[in-house]
Amino acid sequence: MSEALHFHFNVDGENFTSAGEASVQVKKKLRQLGMPPETIRCVSIAMYEGEINMVIHAGGGNADVYVNEDEIVIVLEDHGPGIPNVELAMQEGYSTAPETIRSLGFGAGMGLPNMKRYTDDMKIDTVIGTGTTITMKVYVK
Amino acid sequence: MDSYKHSVSLDVEKCKGCTTCLRHCPTEAIRIRDGHAVINPDRCIDCGECIRVCPNKAKKASYQKFDSIRDYKWKIALPAPTLYGQFDNLDDIDYILQGLLDMGFDDVYEVSRAAELVSAYTRRYLKREDVKKPVISSACPVIIRLISLRFPSLCDKVLPILPPMEIAAMLAREKAHEEHPELRDEDICVCFISPCPAKVSYVNNGFAGRKSYVDAVISISDVYFALLGVMDKRKEPPPVSQSGMIGIGWASTGGESSAIFNDKYLAADGIENVIHVLDQIEDGNIPELEFIELNACNGGCVGGAMAVENPYIAKARLQTLRRYLPVSRNWLYNNGDESDSWIPDAYFFEELPTYQPFAQLSGSRSESFKMMADIQKIMERLPDIDCGSCGAPSCHAFAEDVVHGEAKETDCVIRMREQIRQILAQQKGGGQDDGK
Repeated sequence: MSEALHFHFNVDGENFTSAGEASVQVKKKLRQLGMPPETIRCVSIAMYEGEINMVIHAGGGNADVYVNEDEIVIVLEDHGPGIPNVELAMQEGYSTAPETIRSLGFGAGMGLPNMKRYTDDMKIDTVIGTGTTITMKVYVK
Repeated sequence: MDSYKHSVSLDVEKCKGCTTCLRHCPTEAIRIRDGHAVINPDRCIDCGECIRVCPNKAKKASYQKFDSIRDYKWKIALPAPTLYGQFDNLDDIDYILQGLLDMGFDDVYEVSRAAELVSAYTRRYLKREDVKKPVISSACPVIIRLISLRFPSLCDKVLPILPPMEIAAMLAREKAHEEHPELRDEDICVCFISPCPAKVSYVNNGFAGRKSYVDAVISISDVYFALLGVMDKRKEPPPVSQSGMIGIGWASTGGESSAIFNDKYLAADGIENVIHVLDQIEDGNIPELEFIELNACNGGCVGGAMAVENPYIAKARLQTLRRYLPVSRNWLYNNGDESDSWIPDAYFFEELPTYQPFAQLSGSRSESFKMMADIQKIMERLPDIDCGSCGAPSCHAFAEDVVHGEAKETDCVIRMREQIRQILAQQKGGGQDDGK
C-alpha cells in the first residue's frame, strides 16, 4: 500500500472562531479521497472536539492527520498544562474549563468522551507542565 | 449519473474572463478557460452568486418567457410571496393578483397558501417520535443540492415534505380540473413566478424521485415589468388573496421557522453562513434544536437573483403588507385523534437526497490517494496566493486541475515568471559566473 497522506494544521490558540477550521479542511480531503460518509463524520467530530480542547486549555497546538486507505490517524499535540487526572477528564460532564469559556457554550465536559466515542482507538500522553499528545485512530469501514 | 441541468448561462460577448465569479463561487465550480468563465455542472449548486457579482452582466439566469406559454388554454400563475415585496406604495396583495390576470394568466394560485399548509404539516411532522432532529428545511433547492454534494451525513435530516411551490402547483392543477372539467391535462400550464434560478433547475431536473408539478418558470423581474404596465390602483381589485402572515413570511429568512411555533430553531441565510452552519451541525456542535431553516440567498428568497428590489427593502414592504393579515388562512383542523398527525402521501418526497460523491478525485480510492499525493507535491511548488490568473479559484483548485489533466503547471503566471527570470539570468550570466 502507498505511503500515508499527511496533512498538517496549526490550531490558533487565541481564536475561537477559527477553531474547527482544521476539521472542515480534513472533511474536504476525506471526501475527495472517497472515504465513506460515516468515517468522515467520526473523524470530523473527533477533530473538532480536539481542536476546541486545544484552544480552551492549551493555547492552541498542532494537528496532524495521517490518512491510509484502511485507517486514519489523528495526532493532536499541544504544549499546555497537561491533564492531571486522565480518568476524571474522560468522565462525561467533568470539566475544568473556566467560567468565561463555559459562558460561551463550550466546556461542557464532553470533549474527551466524544473523541473516544467517535474513534476506534485513543491514546493520551500527558505530562504536567509540558503538554499533551492525543493520538486517535479511526478505521475505515 | 446524468449531468444536472443548470439555469445559469453565459453571454460570451460580455464575459471578459475577469476572476470575479471565480472568487465568489462557493463550490469552486467555475474556471476561466480561453478567456471565459466555464461552469462545471457537477459542482454547481445554482446559488446564483455568479449572476449577482458579475461586473459585466455576462451571467444570466435562464428561464422561460411569458410569450412561450401564451398558447396554453389555461395558464395558472404561481406567484412566490417575494413578488409582493417588489412594489412601492402597495397596500393590498389583490392588486398584484388582479394584475397577473390582466397580463394574460387565466388563474392565480398563491404559493404562500401552500406555504401555510407546509408549515402546518411541518408542525405535525416535528411531533412524530421517530423523526431525527434537527430537521433541515427542504424549501431552498440550493441547500438540498449542497447537502447531497457535501454533507452526506445530513441527508436523512432533510424535511421530506415537498416545498410550497410543488404543493401549490399540485393544488392549482387539481383546482383547474375541478372548476373546468373540459380542460385536458395538456391544456394547463402551471407557471411559477420565481425569485431565483435554482427553482428553474429544480423544475427542469425534478427532485427526489419526482417530476416537478410545475410546467414553466418565469422570473419575477420579467413579471414585475409586465405588471407595472397593467396594474391599476384606481380600481379596487376583487378580494381573492388567501394568504396570511405565515405564508407571506416565507419570503424572508425566519418566516418558515417562526411558523413551527417553537423557539428551538435556527434560521440562517447567505451561502457562506449556511455552509458554516451545516459544518457545525455535522460536527455535533449546535444546541438542541428541532428545526433548521437555511436559505442560500441573503435575506432569504427576497434576495433571489431574479428579484428586482433590494432584499431588505422587499422584506420591509412585506412586513407592511402582512401587518393586518390573520396569522394563517390555511389551517389543518385538529380532531384530537391520530388523524392529527396525518400527512398526505402526496406531500412527501419519494426519496431523500442521496450523497453524490462528485468531490471524489477518482472513482477508485487508491487512485484518489495517488492523486492527492500528487496534488500535495504540486502545491509545494505553487505560490499559494490564490491570485486566480491561471483560471482556477485557488492554488489548491489549480493543483487539482493539473492532476486531472485539465491544466498545465506552466499556466501559473508566478511559476512562469520564475522560469523566465531563470532563463534570463542564465543568458545574462553566460560565462560571467553570474557576477558573484
